[in-house]
Amino acid sequence: MEHSSTTTSSKTTSTTPRVVKRRSATGIWKDHQLYFLLLLPIAYFILFKYVPMYGAAIAFQDYSIFKGVTGSEWIGFENFRELFAMSQFYEVVRNTLLLNLLDLVFSFPAPIILALLLNELRVMWFKKTAQTLLYLPHFISWIIIGGLVYQMFSNNGGLVNNLITSLGFHSVPFLTEKNHWLLVYLGTGIWQSAGWGTIIYLAALTGINKELYEASEVDGAGRLKKMWHITLPGIRSTIVVMLIMQLGHIMTIGFERPFVMGNDLVKDYSEVISTFVYKAGLQSAQFSLATAMGLFQALVGLVFVIASNAIAKKFGEQGIW
Amino acid sequence: MVGGTGMKSSKTLTRVRISDIVIMLIVGVTMIICLVPFLHIIAISLSSKQEIMSDRVTIFPRGFDWHAYEIVFQDSRMLWSMGLTIVLTVTFTVISMLMSIFAAYPLTKENLRGRSFFMMLIVFTMFFSGGLIPEYLLVKQLGLLDNLFSLILPGMISAFNLIILRTFFLTIPASLEESAHLDGSSHIGTLIRIVLPLSMPVLATLSLFYAVTRWNGFMDALFYITNSELYPIQLKLYQVVMNSMVTDLTAQEGAAQMDVIPEGIKAASIMFATAPILIVYPWLQRYFVSGIMIGAVKG
Repeated sequence: MEHSSTTTSSKTTSTTPRVVKRRSATGIWKDHQLYFLLLLPIAYFILFKYVPMYGAAIAFQDYSIFKGVTGSEWIGFENFRELFAMSQFYEVVRNTLLLNLLDLVFSFPAPIILALLLNELRVMWFKKTAQTLLYLPHFISWIIIGGLVYQMFSNNGGLVNNLITSLGFHSVPFLTEKNHWLLVYLGTGIWQSAGWGTIIYLAALTGINKELYEASEVDGAGRLKKMWHITLPGIRSTIVVMLIMQLGHIMTIGFERPFVMGNDLVKDYSEVISTFVYKAGLQSAQFSLATAMGLFQALVGLVFVIASNAIAKKFGEQGIW
Repeated sequence: MVGGTGMKSSKTLTRVRISDIVIMLIVGVTMIICLVPFLHIIAISLSSKQEIMSDRVTIFPRGFDWHAYEIVFQDSRMLWSMGLTIVLTVTFTVISMLMSIFAAYPLTKENLRGRSFFMMLIVFTMFFSGGLIPEYLLVKQLGLLDNLFSLILPGMISAFNLIILRTFFLTIPASLEESAHLDGSSHIGTLIRIVLPLSMPVLATLSLFYAVTRWNGFMDALFYITNSELYPIQLKLYQVVMNSMVTDLTAQEGAAQMDVIPEGIKAASIMFATAPILIVYPWLQRYFVSGIMIGAVKG
């Protein structure tokens, strides 16, 4: 049984090369339980993640559902040519970038500010209640959020418009005029994610050396000074990592939020890549075209992730890999 | 993490500063903003029809009325959908957790051959995917359309959750596992007797994440399920409530009031589908702060 202990603790084995050699001879067999555990999960990733990557080859085919990936005719970049010729393509790409950029500018700072505020709270029961409440929207489905938004902002009977008209103003077409809709879309995103987003920053804040605060207090630094010179720099690397992640996902947009919040009157802004793929692919059965769109998004997205990671490393940050 | 400043806070509490009050006020307002939409919808669901029609309901019910809930609870298709979603969510969460544990534990073993290859294989899927359509076609080819397994298998493991779990496992002192091995415990035995009992907070957290993902998700159901008897609650809600809201919204210039579902019933349906989350949430939320802290910082 001494052998199984050497296979699990490399720190003790690596000092004696003789043992390492012995591990490589029988190691794989000794670890058979570990491979057994890995079997199903790895099979999952291959079947449900890598097989669809291979399936994306239909972007280069005139795909027929009866012939399948192996039987359909290869047509090179024809689908992409068709896609790039569509005015709708530029619209949905523009909207995807627009919505994501607005989120980046307005939603990204929200959890940072909120985390700084929460960190300053001294009354613990208040802090805990605040956290409980602020995390809640993250756990609500977009369908329900869509319902809440409608109840709050619709023209006839929405709470906000009732308030506005009762004050003697005209009602505002929050959900039916595209610029107003953009505001509601953005605000809803902040409402849903800002609270939950604080968790990662609060975690990072616990890593800040308490002595720094004590030292600055001796120097007579006020609260704002401490926030600016100690707290914020203390979570800088976390902020950068989160920024890279979001920049990397600038071309990727979830399906549920724009799908639920959009409507025909604001589709100039609400039609994005994911909803386009759904409509072209599943509703109109243009599988190859929709796959080409998806592949375009995935490839550009990958380039963005790699690029933003490289930029972060250039600035001396850790990056995400 | 909360107790860290405990000693200091009692000292500073004695001299509450204006800045403390300002900060509490700002946070208080954000809390209210978080809460108001829920209060409003609860108020609508509990108000009488006349009060709703006259647009006087804010965040308190007016003309208290259970009627809407009675109708929702008598809707057998809604109840069926709810029951189905509960079973689906529990099954999904159990399978997902087992799979995540199976994957995360071996990947903590430094001298497992091929470990970095497996890690790369998994992490790459976080940054690249074949897309919605190839995934749809795969599900179709597997014969899973209109089958509840299409809502379990394709999203079974979240690479992100897997990495959080693995990071947590790595924090468990190796000496504990070593002594178990010396006592003759196998890998699986060690996992069950040593590792898992020490990982309860993160297991609770990830279970909550998986459960919420399944409870709230409707995209896959929208794609894969056409038989309305198999609709999970969110899709049901979308068909019943959202559709009529959007029709209402975009066709409001039309003279005829097309909308057949009263506001109160829509609101009650929304509350009906949210209630399970609201009930479970306070019990589980104390875990997820400590649970996610450990894995989150370097995702």
